[in-house]
Amino acid sequence: MKNDKIILGIETSCDETAVALVKNGTEILSDVVASQIESHKRFGGVVPEIASRHHVEQMTMVLEEAIEEAKVEWEDIDAIAVTEGPGLVGALLVGVNTAKALAFAKQKPLVGVQHIAGHIYANRFEREFEFPLLALIVSGGHTELVLMKEHGDFKLIGETLDDAAGEAYDKVARMLDLPYPGGPEIDRLAALGEETIDFPRAWLSEDSYDFSFSGLKSAVINKIHNAKQRGETLKKEDIAASFQASVIEVLTTKTLRAAKEKNVKQVIVAGGVAANRGLRAEMQTQFERAEIPLLIPPLSLCSGTALI
Amino acid sequence: MNLLVIDTSNHVLGVAIMKNDQVIGQIMTNLTKNHSVRLMPAIDKLMAEVGMRVEELDRIAVAKGPGSYTGVRIGLTTAKTLAWALGTPVVGVSSLEALSYQGRFFDGLVCPFFDARRGLVYTGIYEWEGGNITNPVPDQNTPFVNILEDLKEKGKSVLFLSPDVSAFKEQIIETMGELAVIPEGPYHITNPAHLGLASMTMEPDNIHGLAPNYLRLAEAEANWLKQQKEKESND
Ligand SMILES: [Zn+2]
Repeated sequence: MKNDKIILGIETSCDETAVALVKNGTEILSDVVASQIESHKRFGGVVPEIASRHHVEQMTMVLEEAIEEAKVEWEDIDAIAVTEGPGLVGALLVGVNTAKALAFAKQKPLVGVQHIAGHIYANRFEREFEFPLLALIVSGGHTELVLMKEHGDFKLIGETLDDAAGEAYDKVARMLDLPYPGGPEIDRLAALGEETIDFPRAWLSEDSYDFSFSGLKSAVINKIHNAKQRGETLKKEDIAASFQASVIEVLTTKTLRAAKEKNVKQVIVAGGVAANRGLRAEMQTQFERAEIPLLIPPLSLCSGTALI
Repeated sequence: MNLLVIDTSNHVLGVAIMKNDQVIGQIMTNLTKNHSVRLMPAIDKLMAEVGMRVEELDRIAVAKGPGSYTGVRIGLTTAKTLAWALGTPVVGVSSLEALSYQGRFFDGLVCPFFDARRGLVYTGIYEWEGGNITNPVPDQNTPFVNILEDLKEKGKSVLFLSPDVSAFKEQIIETMGELAVIPEGPYHITNPAHLGLASMTMEPDNIHGLAPNYLRLAEAEANWLKQQKEKESND
């Protein structure tokens, strides 16, 4: 019985206060998330200072709930893990200080975890990893391609040079007067519209695995402005569909190329944007055709990254 | 009663361990250095030094602001988590009240304050009567000129206490003249044991409910409220 390893994970890098207890790296005992979406909605995006304030208010409550739900005793918990970064600095500090205080009070080892590792490892609850493995992490905070040769080894081979994909979604959504968070709204509208506008695809240099979404974002903004000036009305559904088509094509193409060039055995898509239906569908089609196993977390696992 | 005191609300990082009203040990630095990195090791070191185990703590006192937003959060997060994990009561104390303990024997008003930028200060007015402290003007975020005018009207001598006092010295003397008392450097810095002393007469807070006292809305929130008001008046 006591060969089980139970880890308590804390994550506060963005707008969710999350605590999870995990057994042997594969079994989730509890996963409590206090989301701040309702609060940040007013501002059309995450406000760092406000995120930090909410974390302080929520932290001990989330901890308590997670422990109660997991039905474990402190003596059974082997270590405290916490996201060290990257993320919002002030928000991260709340999680880190909580973890340090807990480790001290309960005399447990403390493990700092990279935020990206948290995203990737959340998928391990679905299926055991096979290496080499390629992970695409897309959310409001990042757009990254990470190559893993073994457990704990993360090599960043591509990243966004400007906005994260999720950020571009939020900004375009704001232009279209859609509520925050913009991702799910655009995804929903895109399914109803048609790709009538040919927005740019940022491929960057031919062999680059990096991303860029600021050009696309500006193109969308310009299109909407110009149409307004000419008194034309563009269908929101079509803008959403056209914008989303550009994002998805770039993400899918680059991930597929990297997967082939690096000869990986598995591809993982993680982060909040992994919930995007359009992206999921296109990824599934492309990777099935290429016969590379693809792992996209079930929708509920997309945001809780305390599951380290 | 074994008390652990934590203050990271401003530049000072202060940790004290007290047995009733006696200080057993304390660590205090007045540096612009990372509180987040240094707080836990300081607590750890001090507990080891005085030979106290965490289970022996009966209470935790913490500075709940005003001060640096991040600093206040570091102290409060640590104190709340320790209190929750150990099942120990926790008490949040005003950072201004703790500082005003430096004026324990001053016959007059005590005005502790922290620079809140753009001419504003976090301040309150405190007064020592016998062994008791009163707070005739509650902690607030206000233009420094306003508090000076108020104090001048009261016509009493005022002890000014602030780690940021040098930037305001001229203005104080200009307005208050002879009524102003500005002591030497060490008096402008919160002693963690004073915070502990202040906490002793207070009822414990609810651990989950204890929140920072920023005295100011986040900028985005203030702007948003302003917009809401404008919208209302346009309707
Ligand atoms: Zn993330």
